[in-house]
Amino acid sequence: MGKSSEPQNEMLKGTLDMMILRTLVGGDAHGHTIAKVIERTSEEILEVEQGSLYPALHRLEDRRWVSSYWGASENNRKAKFYRLTAEGRKQLVRETSRWRQMTRAIGLVMGEEGGAQ
Amino acid sequence: MSWMRFLHRKRSDSELQDEIDTFLTEETADNEARGMSPDEARRQARLKFGNAQKVRESLWVQNTPQQLAGIARDVRYAFRTLSRTPGFSIIAIAVMALCLGAATSLFTLVRSVLLRPLPFRDAARLVMVYEHFRGGELSYHPVAPADFYDWRSKTHGFEDMAVWRYDGYNLTGVRNELPESVPAAAGSSNLFSLLGVQPALGRDFTEADDQRGSAVVMLTWSVFERRFAGNAKIVGGQIHLDGRRYTVVGVLPSWFKYPDDRIQLWVTYKANASPEMLQHHDWHGSYVVARLRPDVSLANAIAQVGAVQYQNHLLYPHDPVAEDVVSRSLNEDLAGDVKKPLTLMLSAVGCMLLIGCLNVANLLVARGAARQKEVAIRSALGAQRATLIRGQIAESILICTAGGLGGILLSLGATRWLAKTWKDLPTAQSIHMDGSVIALACALMFTAALIAGLLPALSTTGKSMLKALETSVRTGSSSVARTALRKSLLTAEIGITVVLLVAAGLLLKSFLGLRSVNVGCVTQNVLTLNYGLPGKKYDTAEKQNAFNEALLARVRAMPGVRGAALGTTVPGTGYWGTDEFTVKEHPPLKAGEHLPDALSRWADPGYFSALGIPLVSGRFFTSDERVARSYKVIVSRRFVQQYFAGDNPIGKHLHVPGRAHDGAPNLVDWEIVGVVGDTLYQVGKEPKATMYFPILEGRSGAMLVVHTATDPLQFSAPLEKQIASLDPELPVSDVLTMNQIIGASLVNASLSATLVLAFAVLSLILASVGLYGVLSYLTTQRTSELGIRMALGAQRDQLLKLMLMDGLRPALFGLGLGLVMSFAATRIFQSMLFGTKPLDPVVLSGVIATLLAVAVLACLVPAWRASRINPTQALRTE
Repeated sequence: MGKSSEPQNEMLKGTLDMMILRTLVGGDAHGHTIAKVIERTSEEILEVEQGSLYPALHRLEDRRWVSSYWGASENNRKAKFYRLTAEGRKQLVRETSRWRQMTRAIGLVMGEEGGAQ
Repeated sequence: MSWMRFLHRKRSDSELQDEIDTFLTEETADNEARGMSPDEARRQARLKFGNAQKVRESLWVQNTPQQLAGIARDVRYAFRTLSRTPGFSIIAIAVMALCLGAATSLFTLVRSVLLRPLPFRDAARLVMVYEHFRGGELSYHPVAPADFYDWRSKTHGFEDMAVWRYDGYNLTGVRNELPESVPAAAGSSNLFSLLGVQPALGRDFTEADDQRGSAVVMLTWSVFERRFAGNAKIVGGQIHLDGRRYTVVGVLPSWFKYPDDRIQLWVTYKANASPEMLQHHDWHGSYVVARLRPDVSLANAIAQVGAVQYQNHLLYPHDPVAEDVVSRSLNEDLAGDVKKPLTLMLSAVGCMLLIGCLNVANLLVARGAARQKEVAIRSALGAQRATLIRGQIAESILICTAGGLGGILLSLGATRWLAKTWKDLPTAQSIHMDGSVIALACALMFTAALIAGLLPALSTTGKSMLKALETSVRTGSSSVARTALRKSLLTAEIGITVVLLVAAGLLLKSFLGLRSVNVGCVTQNVLTLNYGLPGKKYDTAEKQNAFNEALLARVRAMPGVRGAALGTTVPGTGYWGTDEFTVKEHPPLKAGEHLPDALSRWADPGYFSALGIPLVSGRFFTSDERVARSYKVIVSRRFVQQYFAGDNPIGKHLHVPGRAHDGAPNLVDWEIVGVVGDTLYQVGKEPKATMYFPILEGRSGAMLVVHTATDPLQFSAPLEKQIASLDPELPVSDVLTMNQIIGASLVNASLSATLVLAFAVLSLILASVGLYGVLSYLTTQRTSELGIRMALGAQRDQLLKLMLMDGLRPALFGLGLGLVMSFAATRIFQSMLFGTKPLDPVVLSGVIATLLAVAVLACLVPAWRASRINPTQALRTE
C-alpha cells in the first residue's frame, strides 16, 4: 500500500502540479518524460509516484492548464503528450510566486541563509 | 465540467491504460539502455510504476461525484435486496401501482371537471343566472325569456347577458340525404362573443340574424366532420332542418363543447320562437349566461337582477313568476351534480393511498427488524445515520417509483374508462392526462415513498440500535418499541378501512334500493323509440294522428308484440315539463299563493294498458277523444291525494293556462275522466303529481313504446322498417329498452357504489395482509418465550388465545376508531343516499362482522402456528 510514502505524497500534492507545469515550459512531454525530467532535475532526490502523476495530469487537463494530444514518443511509440496552455502558464506564475514566498518564510523561520535573500 | 468527466470516465480510463503502457515501454527501453536484460528491465519498470490498478482506481474515484456514487450504490443495493424477495416486492409494487393509478385517474377527472379553468375568455367572470322560487329548497330554475329581456335591459352589473335553450331538429341535406335527428341549441346572437369564442370557419351570428324566421345555423365541429366530411365549402351552403332551408354561416371550433358534446348545431334564439313565447314570464326553459363587469361585485350585480325579478313577480301575481334569482359560476354550473360523488371518490382514493403507504411501511418495518443486526454492524463500522436512512429509503423509493410508473400506465386506461362510463360528467372540455397530472402523480409517488420509507428507517436506525448488538435475540426486548409502531400503523390502517367499508356499504345499499324500486309500470321486455314528424309535411293534427294511428295499428299487428303505446315519454326518463293549473270547481287562490303544478304527459288510449299502469277510477281515453274533442285529462293517484283530498276528481275541470288549444285559445279547461296509478319520473325521486293529456289532440313528436313477448332488442330493426314503410324520410332516435333507460339513470349510483366498494375491498385485503404480517412477525419474535411458557406447562389453546388476542387488539382499536370517524365522514355524502342513512344498523353490523371475520382469519394462521411450536425446538432457537 506504500503507507510510508504517503506523508511525502501529501507534502508534494500542491507542489507536484507546479512542478509538472514547470517541466512543460521546456516543451510538450508525455508522462514518462515528465517523471524523468523531475527526478533528474531534482538530482534524484524527488521520486515521482506514478500513482499521483497520472491523476494529477488528468486534473490539470480538467482545469484547462494543460492540453493533451496523442503523438509518437522518442522511441516511436504512441504516447499522450501534454502541452502547457496560456492559462496554465499564468497558473505557473502564480504558483511559483507563492512557492517563493513560502520557502522564504520557512527559510526565515529556520534561520537559513537562503531565507535572507 | 465534472459531469463531462463523469460521463467520459470510461474513455479516460482506457486512455490512462494506454498511457501506463507507454510509460512501461519507455521505462523498459531506458532500463535496457542501462544494460539490463529485457526481463529484468520490464520487472524494474513495473516495480517503479507500482500498482497500476490503484492508479486507475484513484483516477476513477477522482472522476466520480461522491454523493452520486453513494446514491447509485444505495439504489443498486436496494434493487438487489428487493429482487432477493420477489414476492414481497411484487406485492408492494402492485399495491402502490393500484393506489397511485386510482389516485391519478380520479385526480385527472377532478382537475378536468372541477379545477381546470374553462376554455373561455376570462372564464372566472362568467356566471349562470337562474330564477329562484323563495320558500322552497335552493333550486336553479331555468329562465323565462321575458324575464331575461327585462334583466338585460334594466340592470347594469353585467357587461352582457346571453340566453340559450335546448332544441332539436331533423337534419337532412338539400338533396334528400338520410335524415337524422340531431340535438341542437338556440342561442342569442351575443352568446359566442360573450363566451369569447371565435368560429373556426365562417362568421358568428349577428344581431340581424336573431329574428323570428331567420334561417341561419352554426355547426359544431363534430357534425361538420362527421356529416359534412370537414368540407369548408359547406359554409355559405344550405342544409334542411325540419324540412326548412337554413344557411350555414359558421363552424364552431373543435374544442367548443358547451353546454355538452351532444349538441350538434346552433340556431338563433328567436328563429323558432313565437313573439308570444318570448313575452311569457312563465315559459321556463332557457339558460342565462352573464359576464360580470370587472368593477362590480357579483352580489351587487345579482341583487340588481333580483330586484327586477321581484318587480315581475309583483306584476304577474297569478303566474308562476319567481320572486328571486340565484347565480353560480359557469364552472360550478357545468360540474353540477358531479361535484359531490367526485369529491367522495377522491377522498376514498386518498384513504386507499394512505392505506397502501401504511402497508408498505409496515412491510418495510418487518424487513427492517430482520436487518437489525446488519444495520447495527454497519453503524458500528462508522456508517452515519443519514447514510443508513438513505439506504432504507432507497428501497421504498424503488418500490414507489415502479408502482408509480405502473400506476400512471394503469390510470391511462382507467381514466378513459371512467370518462366513458360516468354519465353526465360535464364534457365542456376533454378529459385527459396532462403534464400537471403526471407531475402530481410523481409528487404523490415521492410523498408515498417518504412516508413508507421514513417511518421504518427512523425506527430501525435510532439510538437504541447498538443495543441490538449487546442484547441477544433471545430476549427480544429491543423490538417492543417497533412492535408498538407496527401496531399503531395497523390500527390506523384498519380505522381507515372501516370508514371506506361503511361508505361502500351505504352506497351499495342505496344502489340496491334504487334497483329494486318499482317505477309503477312494466319494465321487462319493453322497447321505446322516438320520432318527430316534420312540421312542413305533417302540418295539421289530422295528418299527425293519421300517421301515429297507422303506425300503432301496424305495430300491434306484428307477431310477438303484446302491446304498443304512444306517448311523449315513459316513466323513468326524467322530469321533462310541468304545467301550472287551477281546479275550476275549487275556490280561487288567494293573491300571492303559488299555483299548483304537475308533470305533463301525453298518452294514447292504449298507453296505460300497454304499460301496465293500473286504472284507479274512471276510464282511459277513447279514440274518439281527438283534436277538438280532446279536452279530457287523466291524473295520477298522487295528484288526487294532493289536490282532491277526499273529493271525487272525476268530472272536475282543470284550468291549465299553458295548454290553451291552438284552435280555441280561450278554451283551457280539461275534464278529468280517470285516475291512474303513480309512476316515477326518475328512479330515486319521489313520485310527483302527473297529468296525462290525450296525444290525439295532435302532436308531432312521440315515443313509441312496445311491450314484446321476447327480447325487445330483436324488434328494433322490424319496428324501424315499419316506420320507414310509412314514411322513409322520418328519422328514428334513441331506440332503447326500458331497462336501458332505467339502468342509465342508475349508472352513476352503481358506478359510485362499485368503485367505492372496490376501494374498500382492496383496503380490507391490504389491512388483513398487514394484520397477518404483524402477527407472523410477533410469533417469530416470541418463539423462545412461547417455548418457555410451554415448558412451564402452558396449554396450546392458552397460547392460541394469547396470540389471537395480541393480533385482535389493534384490529378492535381500529374498528372503534373507524366507526367514530365514519360517523363524521358519512354525513358529508348523506344527500347521495337513497333509502338509508349514515347510521344504518344493517350496514354497520355488516361492516363490523366482515372486519372481525377477516381479522380473526388473518390472525388465526400465525396464532395457530405459534401454538403448535415444539417447545424443545423453540428453546433452542437463537
